[in-house]
Amino acid sequence: MSTLAHVFEEAGISTVVLASIRAVAEKMRPPRTLYCEFPLGRPLGKPNDAAFQQGVLNAALALCERDSGPILEDHPQKIAMSDAEPLACPLPPRFDPKLPPAVDEARALRDAYDRAVSASGRTSVGRVVSADAVPDALESFVKISEGTPWNEAGFPGNPIEVAHDIRSYYEELAVELADGPPGPWAAERWFYDTTEGGKAILAARRSMKEAKAPFPLWFYLSPGPRS
Amino acid sequence: MPAVQVDTDKTMREMVAGMPVPEFEKTAFVIPKPLSEARVAIVTSAALHAPGEAGFVPDSDAHFEVHECHERNLVLGHFSPNFDRGAFASDLNVVYPIDRLQEMAARGEIGSVASRHYSFAGNQDETVSKIRLDTGPQCARLLREDGVDIALLTPV
Repeated sequence: MSTLAHVFEEAGISTVVLASIRAVAEKMRPPRTLYCEFPLGRPLGKPNDAAFQQGVLNAALALCERDSGPILEDHPQKIAMSDAEPLACPLPPRFDPKLPPAVDEARALRDAYDRAVSASGRTSVGRVVSADAVPDALESFVKISEGTPWNEAGFPGNPIEVAHDIRSYYEELAVELADGPPGPWAAERWFYDTTEGGKAILAARRSMKEAKAPFPLWFYLSPGPRS
Repeated sequence: MPAVQVDTDKTMREMVAGMPVPEFEKTAFVIPKPLSEARVAIVTSAALHAPGEAGFVPDSDAHFEVHECHERNLVLGHFSPNFDRGAFASDLNVVYPIDRLQEMAARGEIGSVASRHYSFAGNQDETVSKIRLDTGPQCARLLREDGVDIALLTPV
């Protein structure tokens, strides 16, 4: 973003960056930067909180009224991981004990996913697998954790993108099932820590690492610090 | 729940802080019109794209996508798992504050909202030379053609 700020400003367009990593803004010195200490991936801070978002925009755009730069200021409101409340989001009971738990769970959550999409009008599921294919995609991860080599597990595309689709499926329906908008990383924690789907991906990630699969293919199946 | 919770923000901030960044000898600084007259566009690095379209390839895809200002059905195409994606699932505006800008324009706090807005992918190589020399300037031309005074840059 700091690179684009320089490029745009050199082309005659004023810019303001909502920076999420202060050290980068310090080194790159874009014209106007508001450093926002929010969880990565939410530059406006809080979902479904128009007043909070407006506060960020007001602080950022106010930097456009200064007559010299570069400017780097800190937004006074911060959001820390420790502010996070766990996502209160119920999981379905086992329905078909013959299926792997993750596959059974993903099937049982389909109605909630459909409600979520109809409420929001959008979905990020479908870059490689559609919602219909999420249970089968989870079965591929289960197979890996049971010893199948990753390239024989039946993925329809890059396993990282398949994992993105599965995570989006769960996180989008979690927003529908939960009471209120998700706190910092709450949807991600709910997915990897509590759902069978998230646990299946983490188990496959460990198996791929042990089997010496190519580094990026297992590493990017979850946020880096997870194991 | 595990006893030790991972803190991806901290890990990523420390990692990225140690990475090399592109160098710019000087910082250009253009004073825009007063906010109440300024036309504002969003440029995000969230790799947003329309559903059903190819989107962005996994690594260092330097192209950008164009979003008409009425579009809301946008897919989060960023390849990295290392950010909090759940907030976007709940509210597009937490990444792409298009409704907030339109409210500001309706109140007269900014002059207008641009007709078109833009997404790049945040995961790029260290030099970002293609964005710097090619697609970034292309995007700047489109911003100028739309009469944009201020670009608001939102990172993912």
